[in-house]
Amino acid sequence: MRARALMLALTLSAGLSACGESSREAVLDVSAATSLKPALDHARFQHARVRLSFAGSDVLAAQIRAGARPDVYIAANSELPRALAREGLVQTPVPLARNELVLAVPRDGARVAGLADLGRDGVRIAIGARSVPVGAYADSVIDQLDAGLRRRVLANVRSREPDVAGIIGKLAHGAVDAGFVYRTDARAASPRIRAISFAARLQPRVVYEAAVVTGTDQPRAARAYVGDLVRGRGAQALRASGFRPP
Amino acid sequence: MTRPSAFTLVSMAALMLTLTFLALPIVAIFTDVAPRDLIASLDDPAALDALRLSLLTSGLALSIIVLVGTPAAWLLATRRFRGRALATTLVELPLVVPPAAAGIGLLAAFGPLGVVGSQLDAAGIRLVLETAGVVAALTFVASPFYLRQAQAGFAAVDPRLLDASRTLGASELMTFLRVGVPASRAALSAGAALAWGRALGEFGATLLFAGSLRGVTQTAPLAIYERFGTDFTGALALSAVLVLLAATILVAVRLATPEADAER
Repeated sequence: MRARALMLALTLSAGLSACGESSREAVLDVSAATSLKPALDHARFQHARVRLSFAGSDVLAAQIRAGARPDVYIAANSELPRALAREGLVQTPVPLARNELVLAVPRDGARVAGLADLGRDGVRIAIGARSVPVGAYADSVIDQLDAGLRRRVLANVRSREPDVAGIIGKLAHGAVDAGFVYRTDARAASPRIRAISFAARLQPRVVYEAAVVTGTDQPRAARAYVGDLVRGRGAQALRASGFRPP
Repeated sequence: MTRPSAFTLVSMAALMLTLTFLALPIVAIFTDVAPRDLIASLDDPAALDALRLSLLTSGLALSIIVLVGTPAAWLLATRRFRGRALATTLVELPLVVPPAAAGIGLLAAFGPLGVVGSQLDAAGIRLVLETAGVVAALTFVASPFYLRQAQAGFAAVDPRLLDASRTLGASELMTFLRVGVPASRAALSAGAALAWGRALGEFGATLLFAGSLRGVTQTAPLAIYERFGTDFTGALALSAVLVLLAATILVAVRLATPEADAER
């Protein structure tokens, strides 16, 4: 009886270690801002298998601060990667792409045609949480509006979502009339969502920066991946999804 | 003294492993940051708003669950009817449905474009992105925890007791109130505690269906997620409060109904 239990234990541990061996081919863990999903999902990287993990840039940075060690971190701003670099958690960040903040509305039956409409009674707005770049950019736009309009717009904000996916989802389900997202998000959701541009003087500077995470056990592959996104197939995939060169 | 069998030893090791694995994250919430810092970071109006909203919405959800769920569970437990097995399964379904799927489902049903939601909208009733929507999400995910326990509790009541009550001329309502409910008190309160705990912790369905707005729909779990990005200590502090609250609920039910242990 005891012998059989021992055999079972041995078989199990052999099986587990076999799993460990087979997964030792080059796998690159990339933590990226949710808005990059349409582009990175289609980017083919030749030198390693890439595992993508998407969330708000702030949450990904918090995971790294709490001890998570992806190989590459890509944020929808430059502040978060630079802060992590100052803390020694990532190496010097590299600008990858630029994007633009737009007002997104449903394609059909939109009640909002521009920023001024955001202050109308009964208009429902979703924006990002203050800590996630897409929310901080939206706040910077709203902050520049006239005091009266700003107050009414803020009163119409019905949800502060953790990332762009939440904003797009609320729009697509008719839960809100408008939301601030990136142009590329509106484009990826294009049959149902339409993007409205606003005055250039209100436009925040949206830059994506990537950094190799300190302590990665495959620094070369990680650097190659970032390089590929700057100029390579990855860069082509970014352009094809509407991201502009940095 | 007899030597324990190999299987007993394995079981003991398994129990130790289980307890360690389950307790470690809970303990870590309290040991990762000094208690003083935890308390200090709770002194934040946004955190207090989130806790207040969590208590309000979970309390409302629990009231709805108990008021509607108790007679429903009574019927499921005491009557044989066509489709009863199907009904029991349906009641348990939210236990295994992923909360994100529940949120999408609620949107599809009660959202402005949804089957029922468009009618409600026309009548001026809105759930999406409103406090009422949080209550709906919590009710959806938490009700099976109560219904299961209530159904099992009612089913375990000696049928002769119920028959005696009916033979003595008591109405079905009286039998339910005077015999069924008191005899199942332990199961009902255990179920209510579990449902309340689940409602307090709800995250995915709430975020997708009700969104996240301070004071309106941002419950404590949503506030934890929002703080995680900027204020890890603050996120830990709120987590600690929720853990303490959940533990208090469980312990209170254990103390109030000691027979609950014996019954199982």
